[in-house]
Amino acid sequence: MKKEVIITGFGGQGIVLAGKVLGNAAAIGDGRESTLVQSYGPESRGGACSAQVIISDTMIHYPYIRSADVLVAMSQSGYEKYIGQLKDGGMLLYDRDLVQPDDSIKEKYAVPATRLAEELGRKMMANIIMIGFITSVTEVVTLDAAKTTVTESVPKGTEKMNLDAFGKGYDYGLSRLKGLERKAAGKTGAMS
Amino acid sequence: MSKAVLTGTHYMTGDEACAEGALAAGCRFFGGYPITPATEVAEHMSERLPGVGGVFIQMEDEIAAIGSVLGASWGGVKSMTATSGPGFSLMMENLGLGLVTETPCVIVNVQRGGPSTGLPTQGAQADMMQARWGSHGDYEIIALAPSSPQEIFHLTITAFNLSETYRLPVLIMTDEIVGHMSEKVTIPDEKTIVTVNRKAPKGRKDRFKLYQPGEDGVAPMPAAGDGYNVHVTGLTHDERGYPVMTVDAQREMMNRITGKIHKNLSHILLNERFMLDDADYVIVSYGVSSRTSYAAVEELRAMGIRAGLFRLITVWPFPGNAVKELAERVKGFVTVEINLGQIHLEVERHVAGKTAVKLVGHTGGTIIPPEDVVAAVKDISGKGV
Repeated sequence: MKKEVIITGFGGQGIVLAGKVLGNAAAIGDGRESTLVQSYGPESRGGACSAQVIISDTMIHYPYIRSADVLVAMSQSGYEKYIGQLKDGGMLLYDRDLVQPDDSIKEKYAVPATRLAEELGRKMMANIIMIGFITSVTEVVTLDAAKTTVTESVPKGTEKMNLDAFGKGYDYGLSRLKGLERKAAGKTGAMS
Repeated sequence: MSKAVLTGTHYMTGDEACAEGALAAGCRFFGGYPITPATEVAEHMSERLPGVGGVFIQMEDEIAAIGSVLGASWGGVKSMTATSGPGFSLMMENLGLGLVTETPCVIVNVQRGGPSTGLPTQGAQADMMQARWGSHGDYEIIALAPSSPQEIFHLTITAFNLSETYRLPVLIMTDEIVGHMSEKVTIPDEKTIVTVNRKAPKGRKDRFKLYQPGEDGVAPMPAAGDGYNVHVTGLTHDERGYPVMTVDAQREMMNRITGKIHKNLSHILLNERFMLDDADYVIVSYGVSSRTSYAAVEELRAMGIRAGLFRLITVWPFPGNAVKELAERVKGFVTVEINLGQIHLEVERHVAGKTAVKLVGHTGGTIIPPEDVVAAVKDISGKGV
């Protein structure tokens, strides 16, 4: 099984780190093959940037993504730049306060990642919340691998704080999925 | 002291793997100047070298950086620098000094789009001819092109070993895409890593000649402070190292520095043959473009077109004889590289009109998609685009 994930946003949001956590979790934690390429402009903050992660059970030759299974958008400009690369039926995950997706996209999952991070007191942890959300909604990496990698990827002393952020995104994803199940079953719930 | 060899499996970038390969090879000096997309090599070396008893210096520019590397090598330490296009241009003069003084060292070029400042954060393979002829005068050079973080780890060790064996600077010509790409890198047990150290001189110190080759064509090299009388100059010199401005001295020196490579091609030329045995069409590629090419070969085979890949790991010296042999039996060549046709000139030169040759080039900033290569092979095979 091969999964291709594009994460996009602006420089400074921790987009490449988010890609690195996913790739690392897949490669080291889950023992699969994974390739991460990054793209950013000469400006280190504020410009559009992306991380492209391919996760596969076989050797990955071509390292770029042209038809993504999952697009994770943390900025409107990133969304607009990469939405064309999301395959038909692919999943869009986005920060609901920063991205306004087109109505035409069916498989979409919103999370207020930046707002939740602000509530935790650290806006910069929005990327970690998003990783939690990606983990529960897409299952491209296992929960164990993702948690271990988050712990190893963040600065010493911030592990617990980041794991809390991860858990927040993960749980938000689970509740979204349950909400959708209820909706599909004709019930209405708080999360729908 | 921390460990010089981080045995185990890691998820790291090509730049980090390059630094780890250097440390595993025994490199203990890095003199550099930061430049995207090679900065992470320097950054990683600055974090790691002090912990393993090495020295990291950020110099004032790239001219000084390679100067410090040559100096450190004469101090007896395996030395390296890493840069990208603009810095590589600045290093060209001292690269020549390293060649003519037969100074082992490794120079990494993480290529980005050029000319000039170009595309700092985006990849290209457009410095390949500069690697060959960028410094003035005649010379031979060894340049290796890794295609993944795992390979850059191993090839950095190989680069040091070649450099120490033949006593000359060796180039690693990687690119932004491989440099900034993260993949699994398995670092083997330290005991299984083969490293080579330059030959030390023997015999009477007062009779020592700095450039007198042994039977293998390579002269032993003392370190500063060992007590040998050494004279190191960029002027044409005799075996003692003293300047001699004669036609004979020039010929003798040139034959020695180029002969080390000419006579050892079988050891220096590294390449990989992927599905080449029964191939009608040969894709010649290297570095990140070979990853495009693997994908293209698989697509072409699925269509029933017998394509194969001749992947250059050693790009310089160019494996001309291998291309000549292939040209006798195949129906066409396609060169895939992120420039407007540099190694392609070598392919054309060695195919010498015997069969079709086509370039899939690119002006830089991104990787070439496999479909461009598939289309080119279909084109020369007459099966339509």
